[in-house]
Amino acid sequence: MKFAFFPGCVSRGGAPELYQSTIAVAEKIGIELEEIEGWSCTGAGALQESNPLLGDTLNARNFALAQRMGLPIMTICSTCQGVMAQAKVKLEDEEYRAQINEILATEGLEYTGGIQVKHMLWVMVEDIGLDKIKSLAVRSLEGVFLAPFYGCYIVRPSAALEYDEHPQRKVALELVIEALGANAVDNDGKTRCCGFPILTINEKNSLAMVAKHTGEAQDLGADAMVTPCPLCHLNLDGFQAKAAKQIGRQISMPILHLPQLIGAALGMDGPSLGLNRHIISAFDVAMKMGMRV
Amino acid sequence: MQANVSVRRFNPDEESPKSYDQEYQVQVDDNFTVLDTLIKVREEIDGSLALRCSCRASICGSCAVRVNGHAVLACKARVSEHLSEEGSIRVEPSGNQPVIKDLVVDLNPFWDKIRAVEPYMQPSLPEPEAEYLAPNEVMLHLVDVMGCIMCGACYSDCTVLEVDKNFLGPAALAKAYRFVADTRDVEDDKRLRMYNEYGGMWDCTRCGECVTACPKGVAPMERIMAMREKAIEANTPTGSYDGAAYGYRHSLVFEDLVSHSGRLNETMLLVKTVGMFNLPKLIAMIPIAMNAAFRRKMPPMFHPTIPGVGQVRRIAARINASKREAAK
Repeated sequence: MKFAFFPGCVSRGGAPELYQSTIAVAEKIGIELEEIEGWSCTGAGALQESNPLLGDTLNARNFALAQRMGLPIMTICSTCQGVMAQAKVKLEDEEYRAQINEILATEGLEYTGGIQVKHMLWVMVEDIGLDKIKSLAVRSLEGVFLAPFYGCYIVRPSAALEYDEHPQRKVALELVIEALGANAVDNDGKTRCCGFPILTINEKNSLAMVAKHTGEAQDLGADAMVTPCPLCHLNLDGFQAKAAKQIGRQISMPILHLPQLIGAALGMDGPSLGLNRHIISAFDVAMKMGMRV
Repeated sequence: MQANVSVRRFNPDEESPKSYDQEYQVQVDDNFTVLDTLIKVREEIDGSLALRCSCRASICGSCAVRVNGHAVLACKARVSEHLSEEGSIRVEPSGNQPVIKDLVVDLNPFWDKIRAVEPYMQPSLPEPEAEYLAPNEVMLHLVDVMGCIMCGACYSDCTVLEVDKNFLGPAALAKAYRFVADTRDVEDDKRLRMYNEYGGMWDCTRCGECVTACPKGVAPMERIMAMREKAIEANTPTGSYDGAAYGYRHSLVFEDLVSHSGRLNETMLLVKTVGMFNLPKLIAMIPIAMNAAFRRKMPPMFHPTIPGVGQVRRIAARINASKREAAK
């Protein structure tokens, strides 16, 4: 199984452990990842605020590069997934696609429509399959309680994300957590906003969201939260201590990237998955999963 | 079929009022809406259940409730589409609003926000003899946003309102956009300055909950994004709210960085958004930066460019040149 790999800026910047764990896990599972040479940022919804046409053109350029490779795209970022899915829908309009292709043509590129863009989470459920993941798991995660946290862009808008065609996407994180033998801790915050997009604009509100979700997971007895979104990770992990201080309570909730969880079940150790690179220590949950940290 | 309906109840007249869940077993047809079901409960099982409804046809906007944790119009949502495998459904009052009784909430905070955006046309004077006319083609894109029925479903599920009641909320800001984008309204500058304030357009997180919740296709978040684009384009002063200034710079610096290197440089985005000489903000970031550096995950200050970055730079330059041309 081979994909045109789209890592996204954050896994190559502020969350390098996500990139590291993805590469390690993909190799173990047998997913061949060929990184798209020269991929650019999707705009993350922020660039679209000031220049939507540029945002769509950059996404069309990435799609065109992947089409040249003849491969579907796999990403590891909920935000990239969402922004690409929304761009894809807009680019299904032939007139609009022609307008964008006119710009791309000057660079010798063309996007013909119909690209497939899949988050690693969906690849696990839909392409690899839960049975295969189960069969590869060598470490029992029994007794480990994990709170799923999706990230907005992999949940909404559900039409662009093809939820009707793939209803299991609604519970994909829970399916993976339980296939690996751990317990999924249902929580109200799992499809809510982590607050990252307004971190610089209104830090108080952003931190209030971090405190709300991590505090809820802690109250529900979760050992860690698991997210397929590196932006959620940056906020929930990097700003958790500040958020806890803001509301005056003790919160210590490790945040795992999706491939770190899978890697744990596949028998990998903490350092090879970058578990030692988190701001909130993942030591306790790693020990509970029987890992070397 | 039988539906096990769990309804969140609250009676303010009890000695120490507390909300609780009550279960009802109701026989429903395939085509029953949530509202049909609740009315059946009230008429046949428990006359004390309080709910608000009127038209039963998705027009009046009275019956917004939360079903399985998400806001819907009770008269539009079919029970069969929300039943769990065990045949259960959970109905609660709308979120982010004080509960008066059972499923009836106090809409005053919602209406206060609507009033705050001055939701009426402010055209140029003198008045024409007949109506203020606008060509169809310039109004077409506002058809959906004008379809708002003020049900407050978006307000219920807004993630910002959960943590900050000062936020104007999706419906009010969508209404605000409806007038900013109306060619007959001449107060764009005043309006955009007003919506730039704390609690206005820049406090939206772009989470998309409002787009999902809206039963009429208003897509409030997309209107908020369009309004941000207008404010940036018009370079509307940001007034006293730092958040608006950061919001402008965040979008523009983001575009600038990506247009230059092809990828996002997170460190520079943060520094340039708050301002290179904003010492208090920059100093406050030092502990976070040190934490990241200690774990070898501090993004580099100066990013390498992507292979073939010239393509991205030329595309950005071409698009911006045509934008400038169109503006002329």
